[in-house]
Amino acid sequence: MAQPLVGKIQYDRVKGKTVPRPTHTASEQAYFVEVVKGLGLTMRHFFKNTKSMLRGERPDAVKDPLSEGITTLAYPEQKKVYPKRFRGIHRLTLRSDGSPRCVACLCCSTACPAQCIYIEAGEYPEGDARRGYERYPVKFVIDELRCIFCGYCVEACPCDAIRMDTGRHPVPYDSREQFIYGKDMLMSLTSVEGKQVAENPRHEPPDPTHPGIDRLKGAH
Amino acid sequence: MRPELVTLIAAIVKIAIILGFVMTMAAVLVWMERRQSAMIQDRIGPHRADIKIGNKRFTLIGLLHPIADAMKSFFKEDFIPPKADKLLHSLAPILSMAAPIMLMGVVPFMDTLCLQSVRQNLWAEVPRFGTCAAASTATTLPPISGQIVDINVGILYIFGLAGMGIVGATIAGWSSDNKFSLLGGLRAASQLVSYEVAMGLSIVGCMMVYGTLRLDEMARWQGENTWGIFVQPFGFLLFLTAAIAETKRTPFDLPEGESEIVAGYLVEYSGMKFAMFYTGEYIELVVSSTLVVALYLGGFHVPFLHRDGITLAMGDAMLWHKGLPHLVVIALQVLIFFGKVTFICWAQIFIRWTVPRFRYDQLMKLGWRMLLPASLVNIFLTGIALIAFDRSGLATQDTFRTLGDGFNWLVLIASVVFVLWIAFGMVTPSKFLSRREEQLARRSLPAKAKAEAPAH
Repeated sequence: MAQPLVGKIQYDRVKGKTVPRPTHTASEQAYFVEVVKGLGLTMRHFFKNTKSMLRGERPDAVKDPLSEGITTLAYPEQKKVYPKRFRGIHRLTLRSDGSPRCVACLCCSTACPAQCIYIEAGEYPEGDARRGYERYPVKFVIDELRCIFCGYCVEACPCDAIRMDTGRHPVPYDSREQFIYGKDMLMSLTSVEGKQVAENPRHEPPDPTHPGIDRLKGAH
Repeated sequence: MRPELVTLIAAIVKIAIILGFVMTMAAVLVWMERRQSAMIQDRIGPHRADIKIGNKRFTLIGLLHPIADAMKSFFKEDFIPPKADKLLHSLAPILSMAAPIMLMGVVPFMDTLCLQSVRQNLWAEVPRFGTCAAASTATTLPPISGQIVDINVGILYIFGLAGMGIVGATIAGWSSDNKFSLLGGLRAASQLVSYEVAMGLSIVGCMMVYGTLRLDEMARWQGENTWGIFVQPFGFLLFLTAAIAETKRTPFDLPEGESEIVAGYLVEYSGMKFAMFYTGEYIELVVSSTLVVALYLGGFHVPFLHRDGITLAMGDAMLWHKGLPHLVVIALQVLIFFGKVTFICWAQIFIRWTVPRFRYDQLMKLGWRMLLPASLVNIFLTGIALIAFDRSGLATQDTFRTLGDGFNWLVLIASVVFVLWIAFGMVTPSKFLSRREEQLARRSLPAKAKAEAPAH
């Protein structure tokens, strides 16, 4: 045997697995039989798939993606449903009167590691029951190009006002301006089930169940 | 009308038919290849290019994709590398597209058309044997032969021109001033030269049996006796292999060799020049299919359809005869010929999507060490068989003729069964197994185990 090539590694101690040389039967070496077998396989797929395409019978690509036959998704028309906890595009949840639940506390924009949320807080007009108790966002802007979809804003929100349960992924646009989602855009988005409100109820200031009102009108 | 003028007009019409068929097929084959490979690989394939008329989208099952491709090619930049040989760089695509088209000139797509008898009576029937009477007077219409160029060295002309395809690829590889191109061109040259030899020798057996070099007489011989694939089964396989190698398609696509030399001699081509190479490849596919049909699959003949009509026979016993008008027979022959060519193109696409590519040494080994000796053996065996046939008695020869008719019946029954199988298959609804059910079915477990599979 020749000298080992590198350093002092003793190659005779390295245990190797001897891989046997492949053996071919006569029919494999003649090549022709194997080609005919292969043609049989491709033809089986061809005839089966052509028939199912012509007859319009295809396995459901979404429900049964591992079935035999063509299970290609025709993407924009057919979509795969994302799992429930998928963090998609944000939406602003609404109160029952259609105004945003957001109270412009800036928790989300503070928590945002990408600093993609911009909020301008405003006071409710004089005479509104909520004036002096909470504020509302005059502007609520998310730059979806900066967003990293970490979901911290959702966790930071004390009012369940921002959610990422739309089930949509970011959409491609032509220009950067289109990626900047304003308040109206975010409020118009719905959850996967099509809801615009959040599940847990919100106690509005005029409601008797509203704790803030109780404190205001309390004995002290 | 003067006979020369009639011949000229007929030639123009024949050129239009052949050119129309070849160019249409080249475009359709692009679509066919993509859709067919998709069906083989459980995909959908191109089906989205559409024309909008009003609010409706017409996709025509994806047939618009080749048109879209062609339009794109026209508007793409035609780039010539700065140090390339501009003349040769532009000449190469022309050569590689023109040569295969010229090959089609000697391929007969119908039997000789007797214009004179048709003029006398539109529904005239002509006798089965013998050709039409030659133009005797100035007013007699000449017979129209089935191919564009009526030359008596048909098959040699084909070999001569098939060599031009090599020149196109090689020039493209050399003139591009690119190392990958050069490698591709070299590969193309050596591969095509090697397989040209095997291809030529595999046809010799055919020529010995048919006793002619003219393709129309070869077709006629096959119509009167039996198809060449039954007389020369070994030669058919050799020729098919060599023909696929000549078209430079997988498993013989080493000149392009996408994985190792990018695209071979096509690297520096873009726009319409690339499209010409691409079209040329599909034209070569059509031409090689045409040759296979003309040499081995009876050309324009369908079993038992002769010049005088349908004659079902077994040896000397004639079972049924129905005379058909000459024009109807000719029309049927043209349709059948083009149908056969389309079928063989379809089969060749199957081979392309089934067999993986050879290594280069395997390719050369197959060409020189297997196909070449095999075709020589084929020649010797054919010669021995021919001598034995000539020396044998009349009774033996009659037996072989009957056997030939038996093969004709075989073809007829096989095609009918194939058509019926497809028809019945289309009627019955498809059944899709889920992956689990499929696995169980493969293991051929009893139905109880199948019922346990999770429902979908």
